[in-house]
Amino acid sequence: MSYKIRGRVWKYGDNINTDIISPGQYMSQPVEKQAEHAMEAIDPEFSKKVRPGDILVAGHNFGSGSSRETAQMVLKHHEIGAIIANSFARIFYRNSINVGLPVVDMKDTSVILEGDEMEVDLLEGKIINHTQGTEYQGTKLPEHLIEMVQLGGLEPYLAKKLKFS
Amino acid sequence: MGMTMSEKILAKAAGHSNVKAGDIVWVKADIAMMHDLLGPWLIDGGFRRLGGKLFDKEKVVVVSDHCTPPATVQQADILKFTRDWARDQGLPYYYEFEGPCHQVIVEHGHVRPGRLILGTDSHTCMAGGLGAFATGIGSTEMIGVLLTGETWMKVPETIKVIWDGELPHGVYAKDIVLKTIKDIGHAGATYQTIEFSGSAIKSLSMDERLVLSNMAVEAGAKTGLIEPDETVIEFLRSKGVDDGLETVRSDEDASYAQILHYNASELEPQVACPHEVDNVHPISAVEGKAVDQVYLGSCTNGRISDLRVAAEILKGKKIAKNIRCLVVPASQHIWMEANKEGILEILTEAGCIVNMPSCGACGGFTSGVIGAGEVVMSSSNRNFRGRMGSSEGEVYLGSPAAVAATAIEGKITDPRKYLLQGVR
Ligand code: SF4
Repeated sequence: MSYKIRGRVWKYGDNINTDIISPGQYMSQPVEKQAEHAMEAIDPEFSKKVRPGDILVAGHNFGSGSSRETAQMVLKHHEIGAIIANSFARIFYRNSINVGLPVVDMKDTSVILEGDEMEVDLLEGKIINHTQGTEYQGTKLPEHLIEMVQLGGLEPYLAKKLKFS
Repeated sequence: MGMTMSEKILAKAAGHSNVKAGDIVWVKADIAMMHDLLGPWLIDGGFRRLGGKLFDKEKVVVVSDHCTPPATVQQADILKFTRDWARDQGLPYYYEFEGPCHQVIVEHGHVRPGRLILGTDSHTCMAGGLGAFATGIGSTEMIGVLLTGETWMKVPETIKVIWDGELPHGVYAKDIVLKTIKDIGHAGATYQTIEFSGSAIKSLSMDERLVLSNMAVEAGAKTGLIEPDETVIEFLRSKGVDDGLETVRSDEDASYAQILHYNASELEPQVACPHEVDNVHPISAVEGKAVDQVYLGSCTNGRISDLRVAAEILKGKKIAKNIRCLVVPASQHIWMEANKEGILEILTEAGCIVNMPSCGACGGFTSGVIGAGEVVMSSSNRNFRGRMGSSEGEVYLGSPAAVAATAIEGKITDPRKYLLQGVR
């Protein structure tokens, strides 16, 4: 996981749950098929319009619901750069760090607008809005996760711990 | 300062004498549970790259339930992969076609008071109904657990939810948990434990307790706990378990993030309306809403007592014309019990379809998904947009009794008018 990310914003509301991000009915299909249906319940154009590096900005409780990592897989398939939200659901937050999908929470995402050009420094929790010329402070990752993020997620972290690399 | 149940169980799992909410600890799992859809076929690659050696075969349980019976070739492939994986790993505990994993691991005695249970499914928290600290994790995190038996956890604060008094006739654990989720909010307990206690909880059967712990995650909680007592011990003994039955309880002077107090005798039947589980209203507010399908099943409310109450309501009656009523017992064991008691016959005569125990329609995978514009009244636990099929469909959640009464009228119906006084 690289820890500085820059991209343009797609804006969503509260409670974007895992059934929205990756609908259950497509979960047994290959990830590229699932990715076509990502977010379609609230944004049918999503899979056509997102470009690599884009940043999703949302309100409270992003990723609630299931423990399915297909939610991360489809977003990674679209090469989403980062997700910024007021808050994340617990399992989603852990899974994202484990698979190297950058997530940052900050107090009030309502100041960020769709289309803004943003930069996120994951380790510092710093968020720069280049369009508006402003800067926000997000929550810094807990100390014990920084090494995991620097290594690129749980698998490389375990590889190091278990001496497979 | 005393400790909560969560603190005690995590202290033990971390090998410490004392931990407190907020501490980050490395914990050892007693059981690592995976199901077909989020299990072996997703983790195998990473697992092999890291050596592919299980920390302890006896502690790994795999249940195929989401792709059973397979509706597509892909699902059949996943199922086969899972079955072969379990065999190749020499797992002593692999179950398939038996029902949703959370019910299956309870029935087979894998869940015991004080255990730490990690599963690749958000409703793993159901095991908290027996006093286990149980929580859902992702598939990648499971790779680490399978290899090392460990993961890191932040010790959660606890919200104590006390329900005293006696539940009125026609009101159930489902109504308790829906009302609780409404008040806490769907993210109100994020990173916290919900501990249910009080005289109303104490008098609930094992079946009913599991409804509460199952749905704790719908308030965002890490787990839902109930202090284990004689009801739990007797249940486990009836399943042939006779060790690991030490109970665990919160100390009197444990500290809580919040304490909520309710009087159960004032509760009415509740319904969660689309598309959030905390969008809860008394049933009177939504009575008369026409439905296309009724679903009685899932790990939340497909147990024998749920089927009994539905049979009580549907006996000698017919379900409404032009609707489907799908009944899915939560396990093969429950299916057989219901069969012996004549319940399946009563339900079938009323016009219900009894499907095999599986996640099927509950998660929108197989056997009864809904189309655009269709409305379901369901006894399951989640009503998110697209949960049971089309994102243009609507899911209402209620107790099995409310579901059965709705089947008769084809519209959301207060179950109390169909229940004989004194039958619970
Ligand atoms: S029955 Fe429904 S809630 Fe339970 S494990 Fe299966 S899909 Fe999940």
